[in-house]
Amino acid sequence: MTAPRTLVEKIWADHEIRDFGNGYSLLHVDRNVMHDLLGALVFEPLDRMGRKLPFPNQHLISMDHGVDTDPGRGDETKIPGGKEGVQGLRRKGKEYGIENYDIGDVRQGIVHVVAPEQGFVLPGQTLVCGDSHTTTIGGMGALAWGLGLTEIEHVLATQTVTVEKPKHMRIWFDGKVNPGVTPKDMILHVIGKIGAKAGNGYAVEYAGPAIRSMPVEGRLTICNMAIEMAVRFGIIQGDEVTAEYLKGRPFAPKGALWDQALAYWRTLGSDDGAKWDREVQIDCSAITPSITWGTSPQDVVAVDGLVPDPAKAESADRRAYIERALKYSGLEGGKPIAGNKIDVAFIGSCTNARLSDLRRAAAILKGKKKAAHVTAWVVPGSGLVKRDAEAEGLDRIFKDAGFEWREPGCSMCVALGGDKFPPGSRAISSTNRNFENRQGPGVRTHLASPEMVAAAAIAGAITDVRKVL
Amino acid sequence: MEKFTKVSGTAMPLLRANIDTDAILPSRYLTRTTVTGKTGFGPYLFADWRYGPDGKDKPDFILNTPPYRDAKILLAADNFGCGSSREHAVWALVGYGIRCVIAPSFGEIFYNNSFNNGLLPLPLPLAQIEALAAQIEKGTGKRQMTVDLDAQTLTAPDGTVTKLTVDPARRDALLKGLDSIGITMQGWDAISAWQAKDKARRPWSYL
Repeated sequence: MTAPRTLVEKIWADHEIRDFGNGYSLLHVDRNVMHDLLGALVFEPLDRMGRKLPFPNQHLISMDHGVDTDPGRGDETKIPGGKEGVQGLRRKGKEYGIENYDIGDVRQGIVHVVAPEQGFVLPGQTLVCGDSHTTTIGGMGALAWGLGLTEIEHVLATQTVTVEKPKHMRIWFDGKVNPGVTPKDMILHVIGKIGAKAGNGYAVEYAGPAIRSMPVEGRLTICNMAIEMAVRFGIIQGDEVTAEYLKGRPFAPKGALWDQALAYWRTLGSDDGAKWDREVQIDCSAITPSITWGTSPQDVVAVDGLVPDPAKAESADRRAYIERALKYSGLEGGKPIAGNKIDVAFIGSCTNARLSDLRRAAAILKGKKKAAHVTAWVVPGSGLVKRDAEAEGLDRIFKDAGFEWREPGCSMCVALGGDKFPPGSRAISSTNRNFENRQGPGVRTHLASPEMVAAAAIAGAITDVRKVL
Repeated sequence: MEKFTKVSGTAMPLLRANIDTDAILPSRYLTRTTVTGKTGFGPYLFADWRYGPDGKDKPDFILNTPPYRDAKILLAADNFGCGSSREHAVWALVGYGIRCVIAPSFGEIFYNNSFNNGLLPLPLPLAQIEALAAQIEKGTGKRQMTVDLDAQTLTAPDGTVTKLTVDPARRDALLKGLDSIGITMQGWDAISAWQAKDKARRPWSYL
């Protein structure tokens, strides 16, 4: 009898072509998703070898990183070289027979929004992409992770990748989730609790009753930010919720193959007695709407809490850390985080730009107006999200509230230089990284849920979303 | 892939935790690959820390101070290279001339990208890195270090030699400058056979 295994160990075993015996395995890659930043460059080894893709159907392109999000956009980008990236990848996609959701295609959007939306990923599969937030796709029950460009060259040539075997961590979410608390708050809470480097070397499975009852889009938000705690693989077991979500989507199997796939998925859950190198318990009832105060996603505080006071730090190192972060973020230690004036409100990104995110933000904004001094943007995660939101009239609500309603793309999450906010501005953002200069030189980012962004846009300052629910 | 056997030169301490790849190479330079491929990123290394809004060097950033301009080894704190998967961060370090980063832990994608570009990411305990940094910062003028991957030794600024343990698989690949696609392709028949068998087992995955 096989020893009890984790979900990740099972998927690993089913994709392991070779165990090198030194801690590394050669894994088969079921899915590879590519974006415009890779351009034509990533195809150079294939070109040189004169080699075709072994499995062209297992690759997908969506233009997202450098594309403009202005209404009426074309290939032109504000950042030099962006257009060449788009056109280079388009040309190579055609040459190698890869499906491409191009600018102007309603299916175009952020890679990690598009892949689940199209059913391009199924539970138990392996998926890679040249983007660190590929962990998002773990929310579909797949083993999904980000690669560098050279590793993708290897995937294109061989449909395989060499990976180091991870340790295993389980984060168990139990207890009642309070009103105003979203999957974004839950994952921010976790990162704040265990730290930005806690997941180094680990695959993390998010589990427990609060995960089981969570819709797919929330699960994608949770897994999206796995990388922000240094986790290579974040995953949630595929279940009936996942199956219901996937059924009938363009790439999802149909008929007998669907039944076969479903039967296989059901064998994949972590066994009782599986060995966890680390286990973390999260009591959801203790989570409040959360927001970041500093320059790392681990700098999390409850929205009704205080910015850390360096004078009260437990060590000299911690004091220096807080002082440095406060110097950049321009906040005062020991004071409430709420009430700090914002300049920018941004709803978008692979973390929080799906239809359910837009619905929840729109519910807060309905019949209200943003504060006059605030620049507010919504960038839907994909053309389909945009279309569906418009069909429900959400675009009207956002526009009436004074938000710009833009075209899909990564936009101000990656801030490639096309879309940008003024230097030094304070932004509340539904994205995933509050690093120094991430959203443009000097821009100070506060990560929060789309609802919190909406509430702050109205108030013109960071505010507790529970006051407007 | 570029070989790495040994690096000797100035070591620069930048002991800050969580130095992310956005800091190492800001996103506005990412599309330069369409002009120069994987090269030419050295001038943009740490651009937001290194240059002011006017494009001039910020005098207080360590890389802009004379003793460290020719740094070849970087001493850092935990979680170096976290964040974005951009291989450009590695290309910027290598482009500048840095061939080894010593830190207690690394962002895993950055770690893998390093080996693919002849940059040695060397994990050492923080206390040991702090001790090396202290030697450098004591003002003795001794900033030279050597990391010898072949001999698996590290020579500190004060001349002390310590033994290193490097993951044998990684060490071998760096020393030989192995072409990873070429190596995998040598086993292509076995891979192909595995994939054919897998297709029969999980047909829904090959649609």
